[in-house]
Amino acid sequence: MKPTLKRSNAPIFWALFGAGGMLSALLGPMLVFITGLAVPLGWLLPPDTMSYPRMLAFAQNFIGKGFIFAIIALFLWHAAHRIFHSLHDIGIHAGTAAKLLCYGSAMVGTLLAAYALLVIGF
Amino acid sequence: MSESQKTIEIEVLRYHPEKDKEPHKQVFEVPFTDDMSVLQGVQYIKDYLDGSLSFRWSCRMAICGSCGMMINGEPSLSCQTFLRDFYPARVRVEALSHFPIERDLVVNIEGFIEKLESIQPYIIPKEPRTLAQGEYLQTPEQLNAYEQFSSCINCLLCYAACPQFGLNPSFIGPAATALLHRYNVDSRDGGKAERMELVNSEEGVFNCTAVGYCSEVCPKQVDPANAVNQNKTNSAADYFLRFLTPKGGAK
Ligand code: SF4
Ligand code: FES
Repeated sequence: MKPTLKRSNAPIFWALFGAGGMLSALLGPMLVFITGLAVPLGWLLPPDTMSYPRMLAFAQNFIGKGFIFAIIALFLWHAAHRIFHSLHDIGIHAGTAAKLLCYGSAMVGTLLAAYALLVIGF
Repeated sequence: MSESQKTIEIEVLRYHPEKDKEPHKQVFEVPFTDDMSVLQGVQYIKDYLDGSLSFRWSCRMAICGSCGMMINGEPSLSCQTFLRDFYPARVRVEALSHFPIERDLVVNIEGFIEKLESIQPYIIPKEPRTLAQGEYLQTPEQLNAYEQFSSCINCLLCYAACPQFGLNPSFIGPAATALLHRYNVDSRDGGKAERMELVNSEEGVFNCTAVGYCSEVCPKQVDPANAVNQNKTNSAADYFLRFLTPKGGAK
């Protein structure tokens, strides 16, 4: 047996990946439909569904804030993990560099989202 | 071989390290009957065409696990794969992927043997037990928990199927993880904490990206991918909960 086994820190990324995957599977298609089709094309929903004042109110609400943050951050972590592993699968083993780039962008996106949601006020 | 005898072409990947720089293919014309396995095909080559052809086999009945080969690119037991499924086309036979070739169709499995040892594939009793205490009793549910994972014949088809093992040979891999899981979920066993160190390590389950091909090629329905993925959950729980549980085996 190998004398020293190093504990992998993968569970952190795997948990974020799993949470993001679950969320995107449950909500992703619906969000694409609402934001990408229904609202712009005026299907089913009233035209001002996503008007600025409504969206601002949504983002200023506690639950709305949490929702937007979770969607942006977890989707990003899910994508980062998927891309990182796919790079590995197609033979790009940039190791730390790829890791930094993938998870780094998710981190930056998460922080930006948090910042923007905070400055928008309550 | 009579004139009317049907034949099939078998293309074999040859490699004799003492004279070959690299593996190369060689095609043999083998008499074909529709009850012949691929193993019988290569046995015919060895007996009648080229005695230097090397391959492993023993039981001829899908139980010893030694005859694994890539057959038309798929990890397969050559004793339970039939030439009739390819006839009249040529069949391509190669050494199992992702393992160093020792000679022709024989691969070096030392790395796997080490992994097998490292998972402590035996029951580690929770506490010492005397003969007088008699045998262990298990309920059918307790047997069910591990039975499927105990059917592995170490044929290594799952390793040849696993792209992640191909990229990182130190990954503990499907069969070893399935066997590790088999002992961890056995009601008689108390060695889980020790084995979890391996599951949690950088060689452990998180190398898996849930491809699932290992379970597809497994001839014994062990479903090693299931064992690997159950242990991702176990490992993640262990990772986060170790801060809450005072003793645990966490390091
Ligand atoms: S898990 Fe299945 S494919 Fe893998 S070594 Fe065991 S029997 Fe073979
Ligand atoms: S010869 Fe034993 S499994 Fe094929």
